Amino acid sequence: MEANDNSKKKLKLKVSAIKEGTVIDHIPAKNLFKVISILGLDKIENQITFGTNLDSGKLGAKAIIKVSDVFFEDREINKIALIAPHAKLNIIRDYEVVEKKIVETPEKITGIVKCFNPKCITNHEKITTCFTVIKKSPIALKCKYCEKITNLDQIKMV
Amino acid sequence: MKKDLISITDFSKDEYLRIMELAADFEANPNQDLLKGKVVASLFFEPSTRTRLSFETAISRLGGRIVGFADPDSSSATKGETLHDTIKMVCNYADLIVMRHPLEGASRYAAEVSSVPVINAGDGANQHPTQTLLDMYSILKTQGTLDNLNLFMVGDLKYGRTVHSLLQAMSEFENPIFNFIAPENLQMPPGYKHHLDVRGIRYFEHEEFTDIISEADIIYMTRVQKERFSDPIEYEKVKDVYILNKAMLEKTKPNVRILHPLPRVNEISTDVDSSEKAYYFEQARNGVFAREAIISHVMNLK
Repeated sequence: MEANDNSKKKLKLKVSAIKEGTVIDHIPAKNLFKVISILGLDKIENQITFGTNLDSGKLGAKAIIKVSDVFFEDREINKIALIAPHAKLNIIRDYEVVEKKIVETPEKITGIVKCFNPKCITNHEKITTCFTVIKKSPIALKCKYCEKITNLDQIKMV
Repeated sequence: MKKDLISITDFSKDEYLRIMELAADFEANPNQDLLKGKVVASLFFEPSTRTRLSFETAISRLGGRIVGFADPDSSSATKGETLHDTIKMVCNYADLIVMRHPLEGASRYAAEVSSVPVINAGDGANQHPTQTLLDMYSILKTQGTLDNLNLFMVGDLKYGRTVHSLLQAMSEFENPIFNFIAPENLQMPPGYKHHLDVRGIRYFEHEEFTDIISEADIIYMTRVQKERFSDPIEYEKVKDVYILNKAMLEKTKPNVRILHPLPRVNEISTDVDSSEKAYYFEQARNGVFAREAIISHVMNLK
């Protein structure tokens, strides 16, 4: 019993609760820092807790992020979908989960991702990029303009 | 809604067949005043004498007038004008835009910006759909059908946009077989093989250019293009690997025809030129009829 209590305490320390904000769970561990950068979490002053290389049956190693006082818009959630397609968002109000959101990969991605092709017109003129999602996992995007395919490891955000 | 031709996949199989029908009509009667009183802008942001002359001949035979430029040095692009602004201006003047640009996707973007139809005359390594339609017209003329053909593609299958578009178009027809002959570093990209896989179309890959071509109905030769290589050493390594000569044609089928988008460098020996199986110069001639057909189709002239 004592051992169990201790491990529960440790577990609590690992993933401490937040009062208001968003919990993003089931991020593939290897993409944690990409998610942080895409959501601009490295540029804000809110309290952020994250854990990585946590056990997850589904993903192998998962990561979790808890951000205080931040509530994401759908457009931003779309951005995560590209590299964390199974991510789940919990919206926290007064320590309670008030809403759960599942990240879903859209059919079309407009204005979020850069085309990886240096000879694509979108990298030379001010054009909003547009991709068709041709494969969801791992993600593959076909540029509407140059028709080249941008893969997961080539994805850079606008 | 205006009709553009940017990518070969913009057209349906029915439209391919319609273009073939119109091309035959223009071959029988090349001078038809369907573009009389119309102005066509011919915008070549990258020089391409062959394609430009073919288009301008097609426009002239249709009775249209041409404005534009043959190379980027004489365009406002050198003054730093954006493609967006150039197209916005030109579509005020012309009824149709024919455009060649070194950047991929430039034509698709121009079509979005333009209020008049845009025909892509080549956008970087991406698409060159009018070449594909003239290739198809050449195949139809020489084989009498676009179905049940064994197509051999030889040379630079990685960067060669003509073979990519031809593969996409021919995969719409009945029971094609593709054979790809290329050095390891210039093989058909996985995306195009996937395109065939999902349609259940058979294809075979070879590195050796041998008498396997005896099965071919069409041998589509391509030039290994120096400008597609960033490393000149890589180019030197592969440029002389796949050369077709007359002796190699001995065991080929009587109906086989050799196509090449031209210009050739040395990948087809000149001793092939006298063979009745050589078709590349007639292929270029077909380009004018195919382009008359394409212009008529996008502008609803026929």
